[in-house]
Formats: sequence, C-alpha cells, structure tokens
Amino acid sequence: MSSATTTANAVAATRRRHTRSLASQRRWALYGSYAALVVFVIMFLIPPFYTVMTSLKTSAEISAQSGNPWFAHNPTLSNFIELIEMPDFQYFFMNSVMITVVTVVVSMVISVMAAFSLARMGFWGSSTLATGVFLTYLVPASLLFIPLFQILGFLGLINNVWCLALVYPTLAVPFCTWIMIGYFSSIPKELDEAALIDGAGYVQMLLKIFIPVAMPGIIAATIFAFTVSWGAFLYPMAYLYSMDQMVLTVGIISDLVRGDVFQWGKIMAASVLAAAPPVIIYAFLMDYYIAGLTSGATKG
Amino acid sequence: MADGTSVPIDAIATRRAPARRANAMQRFARRRSTIALLLALPLILLIAGLVVYPAIYAIYLSMLNKRMTHFVGLGNFAFLLKRHTFQLVIFQSCFFAVSAVILKAIIGFILAHLMHNIPSRNQRIWRGLLLVPWVIPLAMSTLGWWWLFDPSYSAFNWILNALGFQSVPWLGETWIARLCVVAVNVWFGTPFFMIMYLAALKSVPDQLYEAAAIDGAGAVQKLFFVTLPMMRNIIAITVLFSLIVTFADFDIVRILTAGGPQDTTHLFATYAFVVGIQSGDIPLGASVSLFMLPILAIAAFFVLRGVNRRSKEIAA
Repeated sequence: MSSATTTANAVAATRRRHTRSLASQRRWALYGSYAALVVFVIMFLIPPFYTVMTSLKTSAEISAQSGNPWFAHNPTLSNFIELIEMPDFQYFFMNSVMITVVTVVVSMVISVMAAFSLARMGFWGSSTLATGVFLTYLVPASLLFIPLFQILGFLGLINNVWCLALVYPTLAVPFCTWIMIGYFSSIPKELDEAALIDGAGYVQMLLKIFIPVAMPGIIAATIFAFTVSWGAFLYPMAYLYSMDQMVLTVGIISDLVRGDVFQWGKIMAASVLAAAPPVIIYAFLMDYYIAGLTSGATKG
Repeated sequence: MADGTSVPIDAIATRRAPARRANAMQRFARRRSTIALLLALPLILLIAGLVVYPAIYAIYLSMLNKRMTHFVGLGNFAFLLKRHTFQLVIFQSCFFAVSAVILKAIIGFILAHLMHNIPSRNQRIWRGLLLVPWVIPLAMSTLGWWWLFDPSYSAFNWILNALGFQSVPWLGETWIARLCVVAVNVWFGTPFFMIMYLAALKSVPDQLYEAAAIDGAGAVQKLFFVTLPMMRNIIAITVLFSLIVTFADFDIVRILTAGGPQDTTHLFATYAFVVGIQSGDIPLGASVSLFMLPILAIAAFFVLRGVNRRSKEIAA
C-alpha cells in the first residue's frame, strides 16, 4: 500500500524492462526505420512512377479518363517511337548532348588547371581568389540572366544554342574548382617533391601525378558539370526561342505544350528520355559524386 | 594551401648554394608564380567576364529607364516597392524559401537518422532510391508534378474522389498553389539535406554516445547534447546554402504556375523573367533580381564563415 513499495516495484519493473528489451528495442527501432523509409521512398517515387506510366499510355487512354490513372492498362511504346522520329526532338537531344560535352570539357580543363594552381603553386592573391571562387558558386543564375541577356545580345548570340556553351561554365566551374582544390590539397606534399627531384615540371606534375591520384575528385566534378549543363533551365528559357536551337529542358515544354492541346503522353515520354542520362550516370557513379559533394562542403 | 612546395625546396636549394644561386632562385620563384597565374587565368577571365562584370552591369542597368536612354537613379526600385504585385513577390519569395528550407531541413534530418539506424550494407540501395528526386533534372520532374496537378486529369484528385472527397484545384487557388510549389521544392531538395546530414552523422565519434549513455543520457538528451552540437556547423552551412538556392529558384514556379493565379506565386526570379525578358523591360527586370542581393549576400557571408571554421576544425 505504501508509496515506497509501489516506487520500488516501478523501479524494478523499469529495470527489468530495460535489460530485457535492449535487444528487442534495437530490433523495433530497426523495423520502425525500415517502415518509415518505405513510406518516404513511396512518396519520393510517386512523380517519376506516374511520369513513366503516363509515357506508356496512348492519348486515347489518357483522355478517356476511365479506370485507374496510376497504371497503363495497354502499355505501348508508341510515344517514344514517335518522339524519336520527330525532327524537333532530335534537334533538342543533339543540342543538349553537344552543349553538355563542350561545357563539361571546358569546365573541367579550366577548373583542374585553376585548382592545381590555387592548391599547390600559389601566386599573389591566390587565397583571396580561392575564396572568391567559392563566393561565385553562391551567385545564382537568376541574379545574372538579365545582364547576360544584354551581353549576349551585343555578341549576337541570342537564339544561338552556342551561347549556352559560353554561359554554362559559370555554373559549373566554381564548384568544380572548389572540389578539386579539396582533393589536390589532400595529396601529400612528398609526392610532388619526389616529382620535382626527378626533374618533372609543373605541367608534368599535374598530368602525371595530380590528375591520376585525384581521379575520384575529377569524376565527382565531371558529374557535377554534366548535371548542371544537362538540366539547366533558366538560361535556355531566356536566350533561345527557335526550335532548332533549343535544348531538351526547354524544347519539350515549348514544343509539346501548344495552346490548350497538351500531348501528355509525349511530354512524359520526352521527360523520361531527358531524365535517363543523368539517372544512368548516377546509378553507376553515385558514390564518387556523394563523396565529392560532402567533402566539397566540409573541407577546403 | 596556397604555397605548398616552396618552403622545403627553396630551403634545400639555399643550403646547397647560398649566394651564387640567389638570382636563379628568384627567377625560379618568379617562373613558378607565373605558371600558377597562367594556369588560373582562364578561371579569372571566366569569373571576371561572366560573373563580376554582369553583376556590376546589372546594377548599372537597374538605374536606367525602360528604353535605356537616361539615368533614373533608384527610380525603378521605388516604383517596384509601390506595386502591389511586387509586394506579393517579396512575400511569396520569403514564404517559399523559409518554409521550404525548414521542411527540407527537418525531413532531411529525420531521413538521415533513419538511414543511420539501418545496417550500412543496406544503406546504399535505400540512399539510391531516396536520391531519385534530386537526380532527375528539376525541369523534367516538375513537368511530372504539373501533370499530377492538372485541373481535369489530376491523378491525386482521382484518389481523393475514390475516397469520397471533392477534387482540389491544386494550382488554381492562391494558397493551395503556394503550398504545392513549396511541396515540389521540398520533394526535390530533401535528398540533398539527407546526404549532407548523413555524412555529418557518420563523422560523430561513437565514444561520445557511449560516454553520454554511461552518464545516463536518454535518446532525446543524446540528440540535443551530442548530435546537434556536433552537427551544428554542417546544419548551418547546408541550411544557408539551401536558402540561397531556394530563394533564387526559377524552374518550379515557372513550369508549375508561371506565377499564377493572379501573380500570387511569383518568386523574384520568375517575376524578373516576366518583366525583363517577356515584357522587354530589361532595367526593371534587373532591379527585380537585384532585390535578392542583400539576402543572398548575408547568407553567403555566413556560409563562408561556416566553411572556413569547418576547415579549421578539420585541420586542427
């Protein structure tokens, strides 16, 4: 009856529960984590899933609105086939590939050279420049697209797909340089001393030692440059308006969305095709990219 | 980080031939920094020509009249501040950025913990699945969302109807549309928070948790007195960085609502696009996007401070 016994009982009970359940508590935490992760994964994958499903439907099936819209009842690839045969879509895809390849190559050359110089060689003001590079990374495209519109206008590059090859490196280079500075700084100094003693010049040192050793960083930076130039939307939206000059991101929206007639099956098929290259690249190289990204933000 | 090899090599050279080689050494040093400057030159030109110059040019443009014939000082800014549409833009941009970043940070933190709980051999596949929203180009996935929110074909409404609810005009009413825009941004940005926080969680030493457990700390106390202090810097960097990116977002609003209904979902970027590119008032558009500058500058300052502090911590 006394409160002392009840507290004693309670204490004993908690202790018993505590010792008995440490393992099962852990197990339940694990099951709970998996259950919550499943819920999140389903929520995260709804839009891509629905996009793929719609891309497999005919226009008739979409507009009929009969039955469950979440599944394609008569899946067909006709949307994809029609798209691939469409000349406009071929322009978009080729333009995207062209611009992305040029941007990635140019950005990587610029940022690897600059990172080597900033991380290892140094000159007057080089550490200020390194900080400046990081700040440049924080300058968003939406701050600069209007003055750049004027500048590209002076250069006569408006509505020319190559203007993107000029402006995209500004999106990619700062962060690529930052990642590469991090990787190059982590290479032991003994390596370049050994190379210098063996008579290597700086350029040889960069090509024969730094680039091979920092390969994971180069892969991460390349993926970043690829992602940025493949998916950029604001610049092509602002600077391009004729169909043969457009890239995928804006082309799909401008070409397939006309007036009130939305060809949803084709729009979704096109966005599946446009999303495929980055998804495939990430499927294989995700680990490099994440390592580069997390280290890029945490070490300098 | 700046001048790596110079000290040891110069030291060796000096010991070998003190006075005679001084001249050659100076030349060596000069050549070394010349090469360094040449290697960094493309970067300098790129930043100067396509970032710094446009930024200054934007300030100049924002002080011209519509035809760019004469100087109007701060007239464009004053004009904008008086317009109701622009006041809505300021409100919506702040609402969008703040609510989206808070949600992303919270959900990302939860996801990072869930991922941290499961065995690391299983983490890879789950991480891959959770990163899908972030991997798909934003313009493409927003198209998918647009189709999900379609007024007459919305698949969400199909579910609601099947459960006996009314259809929701997803993008047709101001507040619903605002929340939809935030939801898409949260969907897209959460995976980034997850991987940053997961990396930070993994770097917290286990001994700290053991010590806390011995001292009798419960799960909540471990969270507040071990995890959060250890992750503070990373949380700050990620939140501020995301604040910049979210604040300057263009793709989602442009595709989903194009600023509608009645210009209530416009952000600075989309409004600047409508004013500057579509209506052709370049100076006014430049002024709209320059309104982002103070907030971006403050966030950038703190990001930089956080990153510097972080690299010192790692070096120490």
